[in-house]
Amino acid sequence: MSKKIKSILATDCGSTTTKAILIEWKDDRYRLTFRGEAPTTVEAPFEDVTKGVLNAVMEVEELSGRTILNGDQIITPDNGEKGVDIYVSTSSAGGGLQMMVAGVVKSMSGESAERAALGAGSIVMDVLASNDGRLPHEKITRIRQLRPDMILLSGGTDGGTTTHVMELAEILAAANPRPRLGQNYKLPVIYAGNNKAQDSIQSTLGEISDLDIVDNIRPVLERENLEPSRDKIHDLFMEHVMAQAPGYKKLMSWTDAPIMPTPGAVGSLIEMIAKKEGISVVGVDIGGATTDIFSVFEEKFNRTVSANLGMSYSICNVLAESGLDNVLRWVPFDIDRSELTNRIGNKMIRPTTVPQSLEELVIEQAIAREALRLSFIQHKAFATSLKGVQSERTISDAFEQSSSGQSLVNMMDLDLLVGSGGVLSHAPRRQQSARMLIDAFMPEGITQLAVDSIFMMPQLGVLANIDKKELKDDASQAALEVFDNDCLIRLGTCITPVGKVKPKSKMAQVSLTFKDGSTKEIEILEGSLEMLEVPYEEVNINIIPSRGVDVGAGKGEPLESVIFGGVVGLIFDGRNRPITLSTDPSQRIDSLLNWSNAVDEYPKGDLF
Amino acid sequence: MAHSYTPGLKVLQKTLFRKERILPLKGKVLVNKGDILNPDTIIASTNLPGNVQMLKVNNILNIEPRDVVDCLVIKEGDSVKKGDMIAETAGIFGMFKSSVESPVDGTIESISESTGRVIVREAPIPVEVDAYVSGTVDEVIKNEGIILKSDAAFIQGIFGIAGEKRGELVLVSNSSSDELTSDQITKDMEGKILIGGSFLSLDAYKKAMSCNVAAIVVGGFNYYDLKAVLGYDLGVAITGTEKLPTALIVTEGYGSIPMSDATFELLKNNHGNEASVNGATQIRAGVIRPEIVIPLSSDSESEDSLSKEPEGIQEGSTVRVIRSPNFGKIGTVSSLPSELNKMESETMVRVAEISIDGKNTLIPRANLEMVELQ
Repeated sequence: MSKKIKSILATDCGSTTTKAILIEWKDDRYRLTFRGEAPTTVEAPFEDVTKGVLNAVMEVEELSGRTILNGDQIITPDNGEKGVDIYVSTSSAGGGLQMMVAGVVKSMSGESAERAALGAGSIVMDVLASNDGRLPHEKITRIRQLRPDMILLSGGTDGGTTTHVMELAEILAAANPRPRLGQNYKLPVIYAGNNKAQDSIQSTLGEISDLDIVDNIRPVLERENLEPSRDKIHDLFMEHVMAQAPGYKKLMSWTDAPIMPTPGAVGSLIEMIAKKEGISVVGVDIGGATTDIFSVFEEKFNRTVSANLGMSYSICNVLAESGLDNVLRWVPFDIDRSELTNRIGNKMIRPTTVPQSLEELVIEQAIAREALRLSFIQHKAFATSLKGVQSERTISDAFEQSSSGQSLVNMMDLDLLVGSGGVLSHAPRRQQSARMLIDAFMPEGITQLAVDSIFMMPQLGVLANIDKKELKDDASQAALEVFDNDCLIRLGTCITPVGKVKPKSKMAQVSLTFKDGSTKEIEILEGSLEMLEVPYEEVNINIIPSRGVDVGAGKGEPLESVIFGGVVGLIFDGRNRPITLSTDPSQRIDSLLNWSNAVDEYPKGDLF
Repeated sequence: MAHSYTPGLKVLQKTLFRKERILPLKGKVLVNKGDILNPDTIIASTNLPGNVQMLKVNNILNIEPRDVVDCLVIKEGDSVKKGDMIAETAGIFGMFKSSVESPVDGTIESISESTGRVIVREAPIPVEVDAYVSGTVDEVIKNEGIILKSDAAFIQGIFGIAGEKRGELVLVSNSSSDELTSDQITKDMEGKILIGGSFLSLDAYKKAMSCNVAAIVVGGFNYYDLKAVLGYDLGVAITGTEKLPTALIVTEGYGSIPMSDATFELLKNNHGNEASVNGATQIRAGVIRPEIVIPLSSDSESEDSLSKEPEGIQEGSTVRVIRSPNFGKIGTVSSLPSELNKMESETMVRVAEISIDGKNTLIPRANLEMVELQ
């Protein structure tokens, strides 16, 4: 079969690492053939994202022996020996979108503005408010120091008093803030406050900033209206911020399709999986600065970004939010607390380092469990509001600021849990990825687990979205084939009965019938974790739960289904929900070692 | 030759240091191009709008907002002194009057009939920007500030807290591996910049603050102790606005880590010299590292090595290991194999072969930092 596209180069410029993959048409199908990575170079002293891209591509060249670059140029098209046919890229470099938000009352319009910015995927650097206790000149200094990518200004209900929001506008005007990236453009400011103040805002901020006015984020005290602000943030990010990031103009000129933001590309791929297989999916992408969670339940797609929960830039924030004890509970050896916090601190100030020793790896994976757990808590709380109904907040919510409504996320309904991001995709053993996903997300019933093998979902997401007519078919075929063959590594299936039973008593009786006709019986005991090596093939399962225990069909109801093994196999998790660890250190360490050894999580040696 | 890009921290014996010094908002630049500057020279000044006091007059007088106007004894634009009457009710037969007084000196900025609030703006706050470092004015940025240049020794730290400080460098630790202890800090070190070795304890830092030491430069500090200093957990490394009497500049990282010899020797050789430091750090996009600038008296022109693009790690490069094991050790790159190698953690990574103390060891390239010496 003759193909228009014989080779594809795709990169993802992350906040710490730029990853390049080479996809080639071989033996009548598209396969991932080589990959390379290099530190991202958006920051000083390089300040040119293309340098990191070129370094990553050079690594692909070194490993493949294929010439792709001619100096600083990507050679196109593929002439059989040199070059590639198309080049695409995604980006979340520069620490993502960094915003400052302002509202009149910190706990009201300030919080609404913060919610809108977070929902749009940004990191909120600071919340300015009339009542935040800082003097105007302190606020001005802060704005100038932080140099956000964008500012969202809100405050006042429609038709109400304009004074306070105008004061905030005056402070912004006085600060005359400069954008973080690029010197020659005006900082985007979105005004989403009292509609009565729009004209005055225009005259105060119109000159010094790139001002956009959208509907009030809080038109009346009792109602929140986040969508217009969120949409505008997304538009401006693409139009201004990305275009201003150092080197992006050059990068944009190289690519054969628009550069997509990494979370957008991953999200589109997750949606594609759910639609293709007709299932409920949770996907997570844990990065250096932020953790994105995507879910599809009841055919509804939701995405949240947990700003400041990540594995490098934000690693100390994971520690601050979860608490040291919650991290330490996953570490199966004694470690000095100040030594541990120093190590985590050092990862924050030198974010691109990798764990060389086993001890370092175990600690990093303990932190990852907490980052994932906290991000998922945030996702469950946010997933409701994205339905549209919950965005209507009542007066009582205004005081309590608590989430209302039922979360769409139901772990018993979850079919597939996909992990991506360095700590999950690059885990030396797939069992480690499976354990991190299970411990953090705590799936219930029958759940298939997978990881993005080398974190290429972003690149495949952008490939699947290529619009050019002559390339579209080949590109989406390549995306799907590589996704099936090389990207999504099916780890296996986790079977988790949930319900109250006595410690160490039977939770469920499982009968398995394999493809070759052989059978196996397994008892799941409370508190246990067991693994059965089964490759990625169909297995018929019949589960009879104990009284009061649910595996997906209701308490005490038996369940028959078809499940799949994988590179890890079948995991029988009798640890109930939520997973609780003993407060006695020796018992806790015993349990952790037993669970690790049951799934062959770490190499045997001094620690395991 | 194989190479990899890992930017390191600067340790420069002599460089052309350039710094933008600008006002938080537009004002007046007080110096001209070529002027010689001391660290304390005020290079620009402006007036920031004064703080705003909002008086809820209707609440205080217990009247409706729309009735506030009838009770006012001032109008917009009036100057008021602290204690001056702003509004007064008629009372009953001239008795039982209630009144509102201005809490500050200022100007009546606005009166709202809809909310019943009176806004008093305090006097403008003068703000001055100093030169920070001795040097000369290289460029004037109209109404905003200047770019200063100075021949200086320049050192970057890895992490710091508190903003700009200056003072005389005082060598306290005898070696780069010595801890700077609280009993070494004395009252006569007020306003000085202390050079420590491997570690500074919380107690020692507190003692330095109580003695009004200007700053401490040290190899390591406990992350755990930051909370006791800052009052909160430092979640992301964005610092510089902390109001602390003593700035802290950590050159190597958290924990007890000997200061790199290059850094220690350069600081030691400048014992007794004046220096300017800034603890501000931002490890995110737009990375900012804390700095120590030691202006040099020499008249000779320095090379502008600060703006030079750093070279990547190559065979023969001097590098520092920035993650355990071997954390903090300095070595020389023997080779840069292109194939992936398996570490103890089973992680497959690109490595560099490093000679540390005469022994060769494989370290992930990502765990190395260039030591830029000059």
